Amino acid sequence: MKSVLMGNHSVSYGVMLSRVKVIAAYPITPQTQVVEELSELCATKKLDATFIKVESEHSALACVLGASLAGSRAFTATSAQGLALMHELIHWAGLGRFPIVLANVNRAMGPGWNIWSDQNDSLSQRDCGWIQLYCENNQEVLDNVIIGYKIAEKVLLPVMLVYDAFILSHTYEIVDIPEQSQVDQFLPPFKSEYKLDVENPACFGGLTSPEHYYELRYNMQQAMEQAVEVYKDAQREFKEIFGRDYPMIEEYRCDDAQYLYITSGSITSTARIVVDELREKGYKIGLLKIKTFRPMDKAELIRLLKGREKVFILDRNISVGVGGIFAQEIKAYLYGQKYMPEIYPFIIGLGGRDIPPSSIMEAFNYAVIENKKPEDILYIGLKK
Amino acid sequence: MIEIRFHGRGGQGAVIASKILAMAFFAEGKYVQSFPLFGVERRGAPVAAFTRVDDKPVRMKCNIYTPDCIIVLDPTLTRTVDIAAGLKKGGSILINSDLPPEEYKEKYSGFNIATIDADSIAREFKLGSLTSPIINTVILGAFSAQTGLVKLESIQEGIRKEIPIKTEANCEAAKKAYENVKLLN
Repeated sequence: MKSVLMGNHSVSYGVMLSRVKVIAAYPITPQTQVVEELSELCATKKLDATFIKVESEHSALACVLGASLAGSRAFTATSAQGLALMHELIHWAGLGRFPIVLANVNRAMGPGWNIWSDQNDSLSQRDCGWIQLYCENNQEVLDNVIIGYKIAEKVLLPVMLVYDAFILSHTYEIVDIPEQSQVDQFLPPFKSEYKLDVENPACFGGLTSPEHYYELRYNMQQAMEQAVEVYKDAQREFKEIFGRDYPMIEEYRCDDAQYLYITSGSITSTARIVVDELREKGYKIGLLKIKTFRPMDKAELIRLLKGREKVFILDRNISVGVGGIFAQEIKAYLYGQKYMPEIYPFIIGLGGRDIPPSSIMEAFNYAVIENKKPEDILYIGLKK
Repeated sequence: MIEIRFHGRGGQGAVIASKILAMAFFAEGKYVQSFPLFGVERRGAPVAAFTRVDDKPVRMKCNIYTPDCIIVLDPTLTRTVDIAAGLKKGGSILINSDLPPEEYKEKYSGFNIATIDADSIAREFKLGSLTSPIINTVILGAFSAQTGLVKLESIQEGIRKEIPIKTEANCEAAKKAYENVKLLN
């Protein structure tokens, strides 16, 4: 059924349709309506789940991990400082192989205190063993809660669903809410192979000596590598049922493109308009949307970049001392490859600074019209 | 694409109005997007909200800088906020005011101006209180009549989906505003 939904409520409906059994969350701007709507859905019995009120984000994730270990499908949502407060347990969720979904609304880290869109919160959790899915619009937000559980439960890695503060979280768009019966067909009930069971007692997360720890990490790496195929299978199956899919790296007008934008999140949507405008002027330009930050489909990335002339990576984040995080990762994947394009790494829109088409166009103007050389870091819209 | 900007004060329901308007266009088969000003809102402070409408999916995900239509929920805002900022030439301005539109003609020349005494209509239908009437649904009826972009019935459909209490009073008040909007001659 098509409806006009805000991004935050799109998450809530995705959670309801996934038949999540335990929810624990602490409200934080701009995530609050996710929790409000879920508590309402639980109170009105539209969702048969236990809603646990907690005093902090750390406790929220602890509850969710406990519920998951007891065999329940579990969910939480947060943003920025809330995600940072979870950090110890973000590691625990990854290293403990908990198949949960966490929705994180991308919000800038403070200080300076800021509630607007910026990817530094989620990207600073990148080494914790989580799959990260970045979303372009509210349909994608809803669908990927459901897809997230499918993948998480298959590879036993947690999934972080990531979407922009306000630009998606508080923006109403038309969203097709899937039928419950179709979601049930796609996502069967969670059956945990490894869980707390009084009939079959086991200990989880106990002391692990140097004898064994190394291999646990190796197994995680293997799981993340397998996640590439698992993700593709899940998307294929989702498309068969719902007619939509979200490739790990989506191509937009790339066929004969000399120049490519590389984007993630909601910037992608506006960037498509810019690509269309430049195509009308006769420029051979396209766009790659990076949907999954972890895992990355390295082979596909290399295939798509081979033979291009110039690539403009737009990072709404900065790893201070290095630059844009997507740019840093993509450059690393391309090391040693032949026929690779020049990479222009742009920082854009930090702390929610608005990104109109003209800002996105600046990247093209710099690299193509003005024909300037790439640098380690390039800045769009910086006030001097 | 049509871009609409609402000016109101925190607590007046500008965000809900932008959503109801989006739902009204959606009911007519349009693609829509609505969002609040991405800021920290306080009761009484000037706020803004936005609606985009198109025949194809709305891909633009940034602020609205050059709107086609302006809706002003509180007339005192015309004294403190540049409500016509970026408004396209020939664009429309609708103001909740008991003054005739001619009063605003000089200040906003070149625009299609209309006024509606939404406060009185809201009081008549007992929406909000006598001292702070709630006019966010009322003014949408006037918008329908002023611009002809969306049908009154669609506005009422949006109200029915979004407003759980005094639903029919809100619908009737919107109809009264539709019938009583004052257009610039």
